[in-house]
Amino acid sequence: MTIKWRGWALATGVLAISAVAQAAPPTPAMLSNACAGCHGTNGGSAGLTMPSLAGQSKEAIEVAMKKFKSGERPGSIMGRIAKGYDEGQTSAIAEYFSKQKLHVTKQALDKAKIAKGASLQESNCGRCHIEDGREGKDDTPAMASQWLPYMQMQMADYLSGARKMPEKMKEKVDPMSKEDLEALLHFYASVN
Amino acid sequence: MTLDRRSFLKLVGAGVGAAGLPLIGRAAEMMPKSGKRVVVVGGGYGGTIAAKYIRMMDSSIEVVLIERGDHFVSCPFSNLYIGGILKDLSSLTITYDKLASNHGVKVVQAEVTGINAAAHTVMTSKGDIKYDRLVVSPGIDFRTEEYAGYNASTAELMPHSWKAGPQTLLLRKQLEQMKNGGNVVMSIPLGPFRCPPGPYERTSMIAMYLQKHKPKSKIIVLDANPDIVSKGKLFKQGWAKYYKDVIDYRPAKKVTAVDNNKMSVLVEGIEEIHGDVINLIPSQRAADLAVKSGLVGEDKKWCPINMGTFESTIHKDIHVIGDSSIAGAMPKSGYSANSEAKVCATNVVALMNNRDIVELSGINTCYSFITEKEAVSVAAVYKLDNGKIVGVKGAGGVSPDLSTTEAIYAHSWVKNILTEMST
Ligand SMILES: Cc1cc2nc3c(=O)[nH]c(=O)nc-3n(C[C@H](O)[C@H](O)[C@H](O)COP(=O)(O)OP(=O)(O)OC[C@H]3O[C@@H](n4cnc5c(N)ncnc54)[C@H](O)[C@@H]3O)c2cc1C
Ligand code: HEC
Ligand code: HEC
Repeated sequence: MTIKWRGWALATGVLAISAVAQAAPPTPAMLSNACAGCHGTNGGSAGLTMPSLAGQSKEAIEVAMKKFKSGERPGSIMGRIAKGYDEGQTSAIAEYFSKQKLHVTKQALDKAKIAKGASLQESNCGRCHIEDGREGKDDTPAMASQWLPYMQMQMADYLSGARKMPEKMKEKVDPMSKEDLEALLHFYASVN
Repeated sequence: MTLDRRSFLKLVGAGVGAAGLPLIGRAAEMMPKSGKRVVVVGGGYGGTIAAKYIRMMDSSIEVVLIERGDHFVSCPFSNLYIGGILKDLSSLTITYDKLASNHGVKVVQAEVTGINAAAHTVMTSKGDIKYDRLVVSPGIDFRTEEYAGYNASTAELMPHSWKAGPQTLLLRKQLEQMKNGGNVVMSIPLGPFRCPPGPYERTSMIAMYLQKHKPKSKIIVLDANPDIVSKGKLFKQGWAKYYKDVIDYRPAKKVTAVDNNKMSVLVEGIEEIHGDVINLIPSQRAADLAVKSGLVGEDKKWCPINMGTFESTIHKDIHVIGDSSIAGAMPKSGYSANSEAKVCATNVVALMNNRDIVELSGINTCYSFITEKEAVSVAAVYKLDNGKIVGVKGAGGVSPDLSTTEAIYAHSWVKNILTEMST
């Protein structure tokens, strides 16, 4: 009797109406929410050395993840994490964060440095870091309102050679003084 | 005339109510339910995130968050206070006002005294609250019955400091008051316990404190486990480098009894070890509430769940997340609880809207400090495989070495995760 009923239920799919029957593959939000414990809700970081991902371009995130995965870009932890996602999942995550509103930060910045950076940025960096750093050409990351300490750590990695600069960026950065570079980062951090 | 529950029960005699009148003596229903409602129990690492994300995903669902305290102190980074890196616990303390004002979470400060799964009701110290679905993230409690001689005053004499707050302050104070040359004894229970690398981070932090302030003192670590449970190679590397003469690590030493008067512990009932300060971390299980409401499985310790939705396999419409749950490969950590809460929130919302549930994707990361400026980390990415949570192969792992960069990022991590929980 029981067996008969079970057989009928299976055949008609009645048993499948349990809570676990249907599971869609992880959605972009499901994948991205897991990152937020470090990068902040929807990618808006509150920690001064942790980059915000909110409003970053899809391409910039995809390329960053690819480079973390291959080891081309040094990461204290991102290499280990990026390896957990295939290309499709990485694209879905990148698109998710690119759709979030830019995370506006209030940082303690130096007014004189901001002004100096503002005067230097267009001619030196503006070719790729466009719209005052609100956007980036191709895979260039947005830097507007990004945390200054994070950008300083990245610039230090570029200058030491640990992180590889794009050739054309290197041509601009190499001749600049430490003070000018610092001023530029203050400028980008101030943009919102 | 009004009677509170206790005096009423006294009147009718030891709580035996008249047959067939189950409502007699019960506190009144609070916040009568009109629309769809999820109740979340526990305002810690799991509960705050579940409450917030359910509201973010579907603001038509009323979310009631019940927590016994009016604030929450984070265990993550509390070892840094014990070691002296943090001056107080203020940066580790959150309140719930912004969850209410930003997300419309209804926060109730009350003790949850029981769950009536059949009636979809939680009983609290302030009254009963009905739910359509319940999310439970109550953390852990201790299996103190496994230690002969453990009684109500033991935790005051030999603090566990495994729930942050007064216990954290107490251990720090005891260390400060200890004479130079005194011995600290730490007892680590068999796993699973909350935060697998936690005891070893604490060992490092106490050793750092002793080196600086009590150079004649040392810490004896009695580990019930056969070896360091997490990041073993890195801890040993760090201890050899910095604390060779301060840490006396003894594996496979299970403490089975305590003596409050003599301030000593007994290993396997025979070897007596005295401590001037004793940090006794008892073995653990799901929090009292989970045990009391029949959410724990046959082991009577932890809560079995459907690993896709975190719904209890024992009681329908109740989800268990965080330390209390059996979450496959995900360890009992704050980051796991955060990640589990989001998966659970996603699927609670799906189930309440009759939508397909979404397969789990999760992350865990845990930073541990070895010195003031150097930390190590472990990370993993999780997916569902045949209904079980497993680590994604090829991803995750531990950091290669002690690192100042990791220490810098760790401070931002705790800032971010506590901000997630409180805004
Ligand atoms: C020393 C130490 C260091 C740690 N370091 C890290 C770390 O670096 N990284 C990391 O990821 N994890 C760390 N952890 C682990 C982390 O603290 C836990 O895994 C995490 O808190 C689990 O979250 P939870 O929601 O399950 O429980 P909790 O965060 O403990 O929250 C439970 C809440 O429920 C409330 N509650 C319980 N019962 C009731 C009731 N009946 N009525 C009302 N309210 C109730 C409690 O008051 C509490 O606020 C550490 C733990 C310790 C002890
Ligand atoms: C444990 C914390 C942690 C988690 C979890 C985490 N990140 Fe990161 N992320 C970092 C840190 C730290 C950096 C800086 C690089 C490094 O040291 O690894 C970073 C850098 C990045 C960057 C570079 C940003 C820039 O402007 O250059 C991207 C993109 C990124 N993470 C994406 C992600 C995504 C996507 C996830 C989730 C799948 C994720 N992260 C999860 C900590 C984390
Ligand atoms: C030719 C294009 C180009 C120019 C010019 C350029 N950049 Fe970049 N910049 C990039 C790209 C592409 C990246 C990401 C590269 C990578 O993967 O490391 C980047 C990354 C950065 C980053 C790291 C941001 C992050 O989120 O990790 C900083 C900081 C930066 N640039 C500063 C500057 C400054 C300052 C200038 C001007 C002096 C400049 N760049 C000029 C293309 C450019």
